[in-house]
Amino acid sequence: MPGYQHMSRRDFVQVVTAFLGTIMGAVIGLPAIGYLLSPALKGQKSDAWIPLGPLDNYPPDVPTPFSFTRSQVNGWEKTVNSYGGFIVRNGDEVLALSNICTHLSCRVVWKTEQALYICPCHDAAFFKDGTVASGPPPHPLEAYETKVEEGVLYVRFVEG
Amino acid sequence: MFQKILAWLDERMGLTTIYHTVLDRKVPKVNWFFTLGSASLFLFLIQGITGIMLTVYYVPSPDHAYDSIQYIMNEVSFGWLIRGIHHWSASLMVLVVFLHMLRTFFYAAYKYPREFTWVTGVLLLLLTLGMGFTGYLLPWNQKAYWATTVGTSIAGAVPLIGPFINQVLRGGTELSAVTLARFFSVHIWWLPAAIAAIIGTHLYMVIRLGISAVPDKED
Ligand code: HEM
Ligand code: FES
Repeated sequence: MPGYQHMSRRDFVQVVTAFLGTIMGAVIGLPAIGYLLSPALKGQKSDAWIPLGPLDNYPPDVPTPFSFTRSQVNGWEKTVNSYGGFIVRNGDEVLALSNICTHLSCRVVWKTEQALYICPCHDAAFFKDGTVASGPPPHPLEAYETKVEEGVLYVRFVEG
Repeated sequence: MFQKILAWLDERMGLTTIYHTVLDRKVPKVNWFFTLGSASLFLFLIQGITGIMLTVYYVPSPDHAYDSIQYIMNEVSFGWLIRGIHHWSASLMVLVVFLHMLRTFFYAAYKYPREFTWVTGVLLLLLTLGMGFTGYLLPWNQKAYWATTVGTSIAGAVPLIGPFINQVLRGGTELSAVTLARFFSVHIWWLPAAIAAIIGTHLYMVIRLGISAVPDKED
């Protein structure tokens, strides 16, 4: 037979093994990728107004700490995360700053003597209104959206 | 390019020599029963891979073991598949290893000079059964709990040292968090490490001595 290419038994076994091996690899390998990534890809969204008590509890001019917790189901466990920051009142204006340092997420504290928020991790300092005074942070502290209803202060918690 | 890298590595690592020694061995004319050893090896590798995958989410603590498995089965993508493969291959491995032993027994492949291959094989069978015993507790459901209660009690029936063995297995007088933690450790570290090492020895013997031929009327 002209043009007939003889395939040796050895070549045949090699091709079949490679073929079946690839299929088996894909059948386990592709689901494995989904398996490993799946919790990361499940977005957890939340958007809620959190009451922080009467506005009168927060004195004008001095940054006053606030905190609240949110629970979240992560895998097989319910995790309670705490969030917090500072309420800064300036006349009618109410500013709710997050205490998360904009550098690498350590938590800042208000130091009355220096009149600055200080981050313990890499020595950052922020002014009372959240703008950067010194150190590595790239931008000011984040602020929560606020509202006051019937004398009660609320902050808006958005995630995801 | 790829060829060049391969040639470069080969010159330094002797890859082709390894390939020829391990895979291009001379074998007598044999039958499908002679694939059972390779099938055991394949199943061991499958169990290793899927087992490593399961430890990404499984938690060996009484508070979370059951829930973490529910999570794997119902929420993680393809969790049911990974666990399913590990579950069914576990039983299959015990079966296949046992059949492999029967084949070497009935073909009298355990005789001189392969006695030591047989001895390492017996160890592999026992360790494989140990994998089944320790793995069965991990889901921490009713069946797991009572099967281990029974299994450890059986060990406890040994004369004199029975109660001691029972307590060592349980890590106390009753099944507890300690039992679950030690079974987990033995299941994912001690036994697989021992099995891998002994498979190495077993296969070294097989490659060194070659496969025995199917016995004929003369033998
Ligand atoms: C994890 C378990 C085991 C693995 C991965 C394994 C693997 C293998 C492989 C790949 C071979 C090559 C020949 C063949 O496949 O038949 C072999 C040969 C052999 N195995 Fe195993 N084996 C295991 C358990 C056992 C057990 C439980 C025994 C007996 C108690 C045993 C006894 C032997 C003997 C005597 C040979 C030499 C056979 C010959 O030269 O014809 N093995 N094993
Ligand atoms: S995290 Fe705050 S300064 Fe680095």
